[in-house]
Amino acid sequence: MYAHPSIETKETQDIASSSTPHIQIKDLNVHIDGKHILKNINLSIPNNSITSIIGPSGCGKTTLLKTLNRLMDDSKGVEINGSVLVNGEDIYAKDAEVTHIRKKMGLLSQRPFPLPMSIYDNIAYGPRIHGQRNKKVLTEIVEKQLKNVGLWEEVKDRLDSSATSLSIGQQQRLCLARGLAVQPEIILGDESTSALDPISTQTIENLLVELKKDYTIVLVTHILRQARRVSDYIIFVYNGEIVEFGKTEDVLLNPKNEITQQYVKGFIS
Amino acid sequence: MSSIKSRLRQEKIAKILMQLSGISITGSLFLIIGIILYKGLPYLSWEMVSQTPQGGFYIGKSGGILNAILGSLYLATAATILATIIGIPISIYLNLYIKSGSLIAKASKLLFDVLYGIPSIVYGAIAFSMMVWLGIRASLLGGIITITLLTIPIVVRTIDELVKTIPIDLKNVTKALGATRWEIAQVLLKYIKPGVFTAILLAFGRAIGDVAGVLLTTGFSDNLPKYLDEPAATLPLAIFFQLSSPIPEVQGRAYASALVLTFIILIIVICTHILASKQKKHKI
Amino acid sequence: MNIRLIKDLLFKRISASLLLISVCVVLLIIIGLSAKSIPLLENQNLWEILTQSIWSPLKGNFGFLPFIMGTIWVTLISLIIAVPLCILSSVYLVEYATDRLRNSVLPLMNVLAAIPPVLYGVWGVLFVVPMVGQWIAPIFGVNASGYSVLSGGIVLAVMIFPIMVSIIVEVLKTIPQELKAASLSLGATKWETIKKVILKKAKPGIIAAVVLAISRAFGETIAVLMVCGNIPRVPQSIFDAGYPIPALIANNFGEMMSIPLYDSALMFAALLLFVIIFGFNLISRIILNRLEEEA
Repeated sequence: MYAHPSIETKETQDIASSSTPHIQIKDLNVHIDGKHILKNINLSIPNNSITSIIGPSGCGKTTLLKTLNRLMDDSKGVEINGSVLVNGEDIYAKDAEVTHIRKKMGLLSQRPFPLPMSIYDNIAYGPRIHGQRNKKVLTEIVEKQLKNVGLWEEVKDRLDSSATSLSIGQQQRLCLARGLAVQPEIILGDESTSALDPISTQTIENLLVELKKDYTIVLVTHILRQARRVSDYIIFVYNGEIVEFGKTEDVLLNPKNEITQQYVKGFIS
Repeated sequence: MSSIKSRLRQEKIAKILMQLSGISITGSLFLIIGIILYKGLPYLSWEMVSQTPQGGFYIGKSGGILNAILGSLYLATAATILATIIGIPISIYLNLYIKSGSLIAKASKLLFDVLYGIPSIVYGAIAFSMMVWLGIRASLLGGIITITLLTIPIVVRTIDELVKTIPIDLKNVTKALGATRWEIAQVLLKYIKPGVFTAILLAFGRAIGDVAGVLLTTGFSDNLPKYLDEPAATLPLAIFFQLSSPIPEVQGRAYASALVLTFIILIIVICTHILASKQKKHKI
Repeated sequence: MNIRLIKDLLFKRISASLLLISVCVVLLIIIGLSAKSIPLLENQNLWEILTQSIWSPLKGNFGFLPFIMGTIWVTLISLIIAVPLCILSSVYLVEYATDRLRNSVLPLMNVLAAIPPVLYGVWGVLFVVPMVGQWIAPIFGVNASGYSVLSGGIVLAVMIFPIMVSIIVEVLKTIPQELKAASLSLGATKWETIKKVILKKAKPGIIAAVVLAISRAFGETIAVLMVCGNIPRVPQSIFDAGYPIPALIANNFGEMMSIPLYDSALMFAALLLFVIIFGFNLISRIILNRLEEEA
């Protein structure tokens, strides 16, 4: 029906040619409650760029994203086979240390989930956990990351108020800053703008585009226009398989695969 | 950077602590039942459960606690039936006839929640002084009324929780067919039937085990309960009285009586559990 | 009018009046208890009643302090034992345990909740009292019978386990998976996430559970009465006997008619219990209802 995944592998490697890719996925299979959710995934995600995972709902795109920082481990009935290499290290290896892996990847979820504490503590939470006790350093980190996401001017006078007092758009930027504070290398976004108003969405999108020079960014989105706006590469997932992977304009404008064509034209969603 | 090793060690210690607390909490249950079994079994006999106290029963001579067993069963059954008859209409009324979210509905639900928590000694004290005021002596009827008051909130609140689990579509479908609210209520009751029985069993369990409520209102009697206006023995009270005796034989009977009550409660719990899993299946 | 509508209306009227009657019962309880307490309040002022420790009904001295302190002692001890154990076990059940373990432990909590107070009392007399008298007290170099506020507290703690565990488990279940994911993805360990995020988020719910447990402990009569010793003196240590308010009512109601003001004093005790427990229940239910609406 559509191209066999192994063909994609070659293309994948072509795209992420130069340096070692941050993230490499090899023969990844995920079963949930016996159902085959992800089938033989092979991927190299290009560094310092934004890669969007698109596909109809229920196709496994969020599962794919969550396997990247082992958040699927905690769900019930999940069986993961294959390997995910981050900087060449297999995060599913037996001796892999999961907190260390997760620290490398900031996660931006569908809705903002500020931790139940003040704005300041939300950002300082990560560094504190990883042993940073110096108040001055923490304050510097908080200021730097809030500036990074353009929130500093808006909240600098009320760092001690609860994070839930912020608007939803501000909360999502706070969550991004919180993730950046532990100095990740990769940012994972799970439909991170779906709960936001158009203006906040735009703010987040612009931020991500700016951040890609320092980070490798992987986004899950169900909005094609968003994928077109922000991403450099697109992965199209259908029924748990990678159907197409390529440069944004290639996938969206000249899809090679019939299903991708139908999806891009809006016949399936 | 605080070392990951020490952080993981902390996690391990916390986990062990959690497991220990879990074990001590569940362990306490087995400890209670185990000790009652251990102490009660040697004294349990057919005579204990089939006879009324004979002369000198309370100094260790022959007889049994049939009076208390029957008294408790009568009392709990009557109170539970009354509480069901009163409680089910109230919870249906609160859920179907009053707009949910209205002040009356909210306030009444809160009231029953709070009543649920009022200890039986308070009910007992009030019922007792009412009875004194009206010139009624401690009797089976007095106990039934007190325990009914005690169990109404249980029935109302448990059924209320059940109604909440009914899919809104079911309510709407019946409404769309032009059913009156009373007819809707019948459909809904059918839907939550196993749950209703659970509520009734819960009320029954509470009714049969209560002491503080019956202590003042029901009195105690060595005869089999025959009339509503006469005092009647109850199982928990029989346990309480026999336990305070200095005679080992009588104390032993208290343990055996406790064992009988434990059996009754366990049967109720098992039935409740079976019904609850039925309700769950029903819900899909 | 059609017969179906008449039925509907009839049912409405009947159930509305049943509701009204139950509300009236509550009012009746409050009015009755207050009316009965008035003679005592006319004789002594409220402050004296609550703070004096001399209890001799025959001389007309009704100082409630020993009973209030007895209640507070057993309740506090039970909380000190039960709160940490229940929080830790609930967290374990929700965050670490397998489905199978959770599904077998939670029904056991229902069994524990269904055990009648008198059986807890029997267990207390057979196990807790000797344990306190023969093992625990000697460790502290105290010679005690075991009938003490500590025994009362231990028995009460076990009695409030089920209500606390089941509420805290429900509260923990409402915490969104994504919030945990947020903390985990920052590199926190599971325990750090629990300690700093989950328990913090669950705090109002846990407080509600504790408050509800307090009101349960306050009103518990027979089980505590059986193991507490019942001496109307303010307890000075955990190995002293105590005399909680419910036990006072239960033990003395029979003879109250013969002594002047005695019945009024006991009714006042019931009123005190009612008001405190009503208040505590109200607080915790309001918190829990609000949490439920938010979830």
